[in-house]
Amino acid sequence: MIEHSLQAMARSLADREISSVELTQLYLDRIVRHNSGLNAFITVDPAASLAQARAADERLARGEGGPLTGIPIAHKDIFCAKDWLTTCGSKMLSNFVSPYDAAVISRFGEAGAVMLGKTNMDEFAMGSSNETSFYGPVRNPWDGSCVPGGSSGGSAAAVAARLAPAATGTDTGGSIRQPAALCNLSGLKPTYGVVSRYGMIAFASSLDQAGPLGRSAADCAILLNVMAGFDDRDSTSLDRQREDYCRELAAPAGNKPLAGLTIGLPEEFFGEGCSAEVTRLVEAAIAEYRKLGAETVAIRLPSMGLAVAAYYVIAPAEASSNLARFDGVRYGHRAADYRDLTDMYCKSRAQGFGAEVKRRILIGTYVLSHGYYDAYYLQAQRVRRLIARDFAEAFRQCDVILGPTSPSTAFKLGEKAADPVQMYLSDIYTIAVNLAGLPAISIPCGFASGLPAGLQLIGNYFSEARLLHAAHRYQQENPWHLQHPDGFA
Amino acid sequence: MSLTLEQVRRVAHLARIEISEVEAQHTLDRLNDIFVLIEAMQAVDTKGIEPMAHAQDVAQRLRADRVTESEPFAQRTAFQAIAPETEAGLYLVPKVIE
Amino acid sequence: MKPWEVVIGIETHAQLSTRAKIFSGSSTAFGAAPNLQANAVDIALPGVLPVLNKGAVECAIRFGLAVGAKIAERSIFARKNYFYPDLPKGYQISQYELPVVVGGSLAISVGEREKLISLTRAHLEEDAGKSLHEGAGQQLHGRSGIDLNRAGTPLLEIVSEPELRSAAEAVAYARTLHALLRWIGICDGNMQEGSFRCDANVSVRPIGQAQFGTRREIKNLNSFRFLQQAIEYEVQWQIATIEEGGRVEQATVLFDPDSGETRAMRSKEDAHDYRYFPDPDLLPLLIDRPWVEQIRSQMPELPLAKRDRLIADYGLSAYDANVLTTSLELADYYEATVAAAGKANAKTCANWVMVDLAARLNKEDREIGESPVAAEQLGALIARIGDGTISTNIGRKIFDALWNGEGSSPDEIIFRQGLQQISDSSSLEALLDELLAANPAMVAEFRAGKEKAFNALVGQAMKATRGKANPQRVSELLRKKLG
Repeated sequence: MIEHSLQAMARSLADREISSVELTQLYLDRIVRHNSGLNAFITVDPAASLAQARAADERLARGEGGPLTGIPIAHKDIFCAKDWLTTCGSKMLSNFVSPYDAAVISRFGEAGAVMLGKTNMDEFAMGSSNETSFYGPVRNPWDGSCVPGGSSGGSAAAVAARLAPAATGTDTGGSIRQPAALCNLSGLKPTYGVVSRYGMIAFASSLDQAGPLGRSAADCAILLNVMAGFDDRDSTSLDRQREDYCRELAAPAGNKPLAGLTIGLPEEFFGEGCSAEVTRLVEAAIAEYRKLGAETVAIRLPSMGLAVAAYYVIAPAEASSNLARFDGVRYGHRAADYRDLTDMYCKSRAQGFGAEVKRRILIGTYVLSHGYYDAYYLQAQRVRRLIARDFAEAFRQCDVILGPTSPSTAFKLGEKAADPVQMYLSDIYTIAVNLAGLPAISIPCGFASGLPAGLQLIGNYFSEARLLHAAHRYQQENPWHLQHPDGFA
Repeated sequence: MSLTLEQVRRVAHLARIEISEVEAQHTLDRLNDIFVLIEAMQAVDTKGIEPMAHAQDVAQRLRADRVTESEPFAQRTAFQAIAPETEAGLYLVPKVIE
Repeated sequence: MKPWEVVIGIETHAQLSTRAKIFSGSSTAFGAAPNLQANAVDIALPGVLPVLNKGAVECAIRFGLAVGAKIAERSIFARKNYFYPDLPKGYQISQYELPVVVGGSLAISVGEREKLISLTRAHLEEDAGKSLHEGAGQQLHGRSGIDLNRAGTPLLEIVSEPELRSAAEAVAYARTLHALLRWIGICDGNMQEGSFRCDANVSVRPIGQAQFGTRREIKNLNSFRFLQQAIEYEVQWQIATIEEGGRVEQATVLFDPDSGETRAMRSKEDAHDYRYFPDPDLLPLLIDRPWVEQIRSQMPELPLAKRDRLIADYGLSAYDANVLTTSLELADYYEATVAAAGKANAKTCANWVMVDLAARLNKEDREIGESPVAAEQLGALIARIGDGTISTNIGRKIFDALWNGEGSSPDEIIFRQGLQQISDSSSLEALLDELLAANPAMVAEFRAGKEKAFNALVGQAMKATRGKANPQRVSELLRKKLG
């Protein structure tokens, strides 16, 4: 059952081969068995999950089930969920039981999905290794001495170890795609504005976007069908015609299912900076794409080298302001001892935030402060436009852009933790996509020394269906994604 | 360009984060590493380029001038159940001095 | 002693009369128990987001049109970052580089003099909550209590150029602005409740010096009297400080109404590094021409235009026209009165509205909108005085009756109580003949040259008719008979 696709799982539920309660219990049992080694979940609440499962079973019995009814889904602990502890991986919110549901949580609830638990993450989604969590690092199911990637590391580890059939994540600079790559999963960051940000604890508002982490592109399509949609509570949510992201996946395929697709290969993604083994695996995948009928064309993204710099101005700037609400007045951590109001703020925030979060708040505060705004913040926004233009130019020549997701496979726990700059550079291929607001997917493309590697497909705005299709056709012929780590029986 | 210890302290105070002398020095080193990375962007000629604040070129949507809340007491009770300190419906803080 | 010139600019925070808050669906009604009008967005729970209220934008457009300003086709919301317990997000959403209203002007009058004050800008922003201290029945154990009901109430911040030259001009500006905001229906103007608050930037310089002196900003003046007192004190303090060889430092000060003095605020606000940047949660506000034109078509005639029209159309004095255009309600009431009374009675209408009605409203502490006598009723009453059906004195009695709800129309009361004025000569002559016959002594006194006796005879005639006799007609006939 745990290797069933979401579609197959839904069929089993609909056919009453298994009930949602049984399926949920199956995963809860697996969490009990394996979570202590992985630390993928921050919160599980079996009673609450099983109550949802019972409700889903009733719905299924009435024949009113949808594609996700009764299926347990793990949610990144960045999504506010009513009556659930919602920590965002931070001591600051270690006592925060949310009084309301995020839009994403509501949408899964309406679809009848079962909330399986809240997954570990880098504190406030700031990190690429899941080592900044107040709740401790998450281990990579493929190699327990390695990181799962981040910031959605708990979600990725949970799905990779089959502690959840699928999970949600958020992606500000690669936080869905990079852990997907490091854990042999498929992870999609949608076009900015496709999934509501309401109730998703903000890191960098103009870059944050929620998306699915699944075992296949087909699973991601089913999840995106539930997650995507207009929400009038989010000013940046886009009011568009609903679309079925599964629509192209079921179409019968000839032997050249991707004929007519032009794939752009940016030279900036294949130079130094990427490990030889990842490059080799991605190049092998390119050959596979040609076999599927796709054409490839060399393109250039000249401003790509500036993406990390622009990102580390814009994201901390927005974060420094977004995280100002954590002041110990209305919710969250408040220091026990303080002299006066200012001291209460300073101590509560010093105690509530971890080192990386503080670092980014300080960077953000600095680049916005008087005298530095133009040189840093405005310049970063101009560079952001140059990057978006690069992509616009590239999409005149190709339909999708292909490259590695991450420059390396999973690195060792602690390897980069002391060196923020090295850590930041692990998002070098994913960050530009967030700056431009484009959709992109990471899918497995093979293994190097037993660790999975991912390739990234970047599409033009609103081309999620096309990306999922291109990923799905590859996965039909190259089932890397079906491999799963040992030791999680 | 590199930051000074004094700037780190000032920024930490602006951000209301208490920082010890040891932490300040450590933070200074890290921030300077990061600013080396950021400086890569400084040399780029961006004259005439419109700053990009949003991922999409869309206009602000407007909400109707309508009150949407209907259960104020239940709402306040729920919100204040997670508050560090309240009294008579108020959030309490150390005395505010004007 | 050198002669000094005073330079004042005023920033006004006007709460806009929307039902809901500027970025959330909470009510803006005043006076609810603490935090009952503070929803998830207002208390800034993690993950919540702002969506702009259309009503607040319309208020800003109305204001822009009323002061002849430019309505920005594209304006931007920015975050102003600072920590304060009544500011739940740790930033205030405001407009910084591109405000919604740019320029415009306001005509004020000080005594007989008129002056046009330029406006710099007006922008939309959210109000903060309130910090409450011990007292007022609260036992807070030496702590401050935070009420976020006001947090997120829409504000229009209106900034004048530093063109005001005295406390009197500043007050005239504030009063004119206050009246205008109420006139166009975007602010209730309730100063006790904080709906209209002024900050005054005050500096002094020797007359003839081009460059401005160092200014101090007096915060949060919520009455015209305090505005006047605070500026007068501040000006005198600045002049004294300089003349005694001191220097004025730029500062934010508060006015203490008890001592009548201004003092610098104790909390130093980080030398004001607010780190403004465009709010990534809000997109550019675009206002197109058709929307502006639609709002323009719904605008009331503005006070100055109406004043000029009252003078031109009704022959009112400038003074009367000014008084009648202090509020839209009053002006509308007056015009409705004239409509019922006829244009020929326009001046009489002005007197009635400004004197009789005003006195009665004032006595009972009522607003014009609460007058028990409708403009149509008053107009009909004035018409009956004008056409001689009743005397002014009877008119006052009928006005009282209407005020007390003792009748639905003046005609009905006149008819029911038989109050028509007696003007026809035959019945009056018969009455007067009787009167003269009954009062030979008075007749004799009059003939002996005592004018008082004449008045007494007129009084007798009025009394005999219970005031209904046309007094003018009575004296004409009486003089003829005694003549």
